[in-house]
Amino acid sequence: MDFQLSEDQRDLRSGVREFCEGRFDRERMRALVDTAPVPGMVDRALWRELAETGFFSLRIAEEAGGVGLGVAEAALVYEEAGRVLLPGPLVATHLAASLPGRLGEEAAAGDVVVGLIEGDSWPLLVEHLDALDCLLVLTDEGIRRVDPASVRGRLVAHPVDPFTPVTAVDELPGGEVVADVRVAEEWRRVGAVLTAALQLGIAGRLTELATQYAKEREQFGRVIGGFQAVKHLCADMLVRTEIARAAVYAAAVTLDDPAVGDAEVAVLTAKVMGDDAATRNGKDATQVYGGMGFTWEVDVHLYVKRSWVHATQFGAAEENEAALASTL
Amino acid sequence: MDLRYTEAEEGFRAELRAWLDQAIPLLPPKPDRNDWPGRRAYDTAWQRLLFDAGYAGLHWSVEAGGKGATPTEHLIFLEETERAGAPYVGANFVGLLHAGPTIDAAGTDEQRRRYLPGILRGDDVWCQGFSEPGAGSDLASLRTRAVRDGDDYVVNGSKIWTSHAEVADYCEMLVRTDPDAPKHRGITWLIVPMDTPGITIRPLETVMGTSEFAEVFFDDVRVPVANRVGEENDGWRVTMVTLSFERGTAFVSEVVACQRLLRELAALAKKVTRRQATAWDDVALRRELGHLTAEFEALWALTKWNVSEAQRSGVPGVGGSVFKLRFSETKQKVYELAHRLLGRAALAVDDVAGLPGATLMDERLSSLSYTIAAGTSQIQRNIVGERILGLPKER
Repeated sequence: MDFQLSEDQRDLRSGVREFCEGRFDRERMRALVDTAPVPGMVDRALWRELAETGFFSLRIAEEAGGVGLGVAEAALVYEEAGRVLLPGPLVATHLAASLPGRLGEEAAAGDVVVGLIEGDSWPLLVEHLDALDCLLVLTDEGIRRVDPASVRGRLVAHPVDPFTPVTAVDELPGGEVVADVRVAEEWRRVGAVLTAALQLGIAGRLTELATQYAKEREQFGRVIGGFQAVKHLCADMLVRTEIARAAVYAAAVTLDDPAVGDAEVAVLTAKVMGDDAATRNGKDATQVYGGMGFTWEVDVHLYVKRSWVHATQFGAAEENEAALASTL
Repeated sequence: MDLRYTEAEEGFRAELRAWLDQAIPLLPPKPDRNDWPGRRAYDTAWQRLLFDAGYAGLHWSVEAGGKGATPTEHLIFLEETERAGAPYVGANFVGLLHAGPTIDAAGTDEQRRRYLPGILRGDDVWCQGFSEPGAGSDLASLRTRAVRDGDDYVVNGSKIWTSHAEVADYCEMLVRTDPDAPKHRGITWLIVPMDTPGITIRPLETVMGTSEFAEVFFDDVRVPVANRVGEENDGWRVTMVTLSFERGTAFVSEVVACQRLLRELAALAKKVTRRQATAWDDVALRRELGHLTAEFEALWALTKWNVSEAQRSGVPGVGGSVFKLRFSETKQKVYELAHRLLGRAALAVDDVAGLPGATLMDERLSSLSYTIAAGTSQIQRNIVGERILGLPKER
């Protein structure tokens, strides 16, 4: 057993971090929400650059033109995406890249933007519908492919996350089945782990932001991070992040090597702990920032809002916790 | 990142399991919890069995008489012994996990020869004299004095929260040898035989009505200078060296035990009823059990993370406080849930109506100490905030 990052995994992480901080730095991120029109959050050029970096083809076999890595590496990459709030249906397009045929190839190459939703739920809201070339729907019969242009719905005027435009849909067109139930189940698991990895990135970044602010902001003649009341908020954020990290990485490794554990329990745990760390760190980071945490100009609310989006994807806490109880 | 055990590790596990299968049925019945001599005999008999089978001091260095096992092997040992229902380390705790490793790291050859074999064989029981009535979280402010007089130190003062004091042979003890030095610099680490004249032990009664630990009073207790480990006034550093032996395995048995407990609580929830429905029918309660399942699954993953880190680097990471903080608070929540599940049966620290109130309510009371013992949650948060996040100290 060696449950630590390998040399290659460390290199991958630092490479992706460098890419994310270089190509989607804070200025670009802020410009998107401060000046750009909504929708239009997916930049096609950036999407192709993400593809070149391996965001979508990471788990495709090398013979098939992919990078040939596992869910463990994908989790590290998506954690970095979470840290910088990369917008767009990243996980959905990553999953679609594993489909055989043209759609898979185009998704892997970043030529298409693919959305994915759970069909059996109401109300039905689709993220980034404006940007989608293809919408996939997880159903009891497998995965259905729907033409986004045929989806009737109303673009929501005020999405909670300014980076994530949503469309309220009354009813989805049927669409053709492109993958079976087994693939759908596999996607639910990988999707949950990668979404939990995005949450992990958010949780970690919020810990850094709050800690940094607590070291700079002075009141009563000293930095507020010296007060236990504030210090303990920051400590709790770090603890949540580290426990979520262990859960997310363990689930990813278990999907790559199912013999090492119970994949169902590991995946549910990763999503529960990832959601918990991101959403609760969002609340605590806001608290550490005080009044400034309630302003648009400080980034904290953008992380809070994104964590709320991810918390609804690939199983919310309610269903995941109940599912975990049934494994006892 | 690899969660797969090596062939050698799996071999170690298989051999251990085979031995446990035949060793556990030979154990005598567990003694009554207030029978301290009985508890000592039971715990040390188990240690002797481990010694004879070659499992004593697994994590100790080979030079100290141990096995020099890797942190992962230690994890496997603790996991398997817990699953097999083997006794906990009990009375051997301070000797095996604290005093022994300290003497190995900072003691003389003579001290190693004299004290280490008795710990490994289960002949000697050690207790700890660190905390004082006036020195708890602020341990370095301790005031028990040791004054040099010829070849002896003369010790005066009192210690508190000393487990197994009544049945211990030796006490690992921190004393103040220089009252004028800064508080961390005037402390010395001593080995004190518990039969030395001038030692008085007064058991402390816990909230459970039992005596899990004692106050120990020292009146002109003469301790040979030869019993000093490390240099005079260097005791704080010696103690910190000991703490560095933690390799991520401290809570392995307890995490495994909590995972089993959650399954037992699920069974209990299907049994207890309120207004014709079982507790299990309540989705809010199931969610709570599910959330705790996730917590312990994650804590188990974090254990493997920390153990792997220790195995790679040879030194412990900063994860100890992170783990202790989350684990103790989460384990507390498990017993809060058990308490509510028992309903009115929680009025008895006894088995009522076939429900396991005796163990659950006893542990429920005990759980109040989880976030206090071995560093309160507040102190752990200070450590995380200051040593990991780099936030300034309060003053």
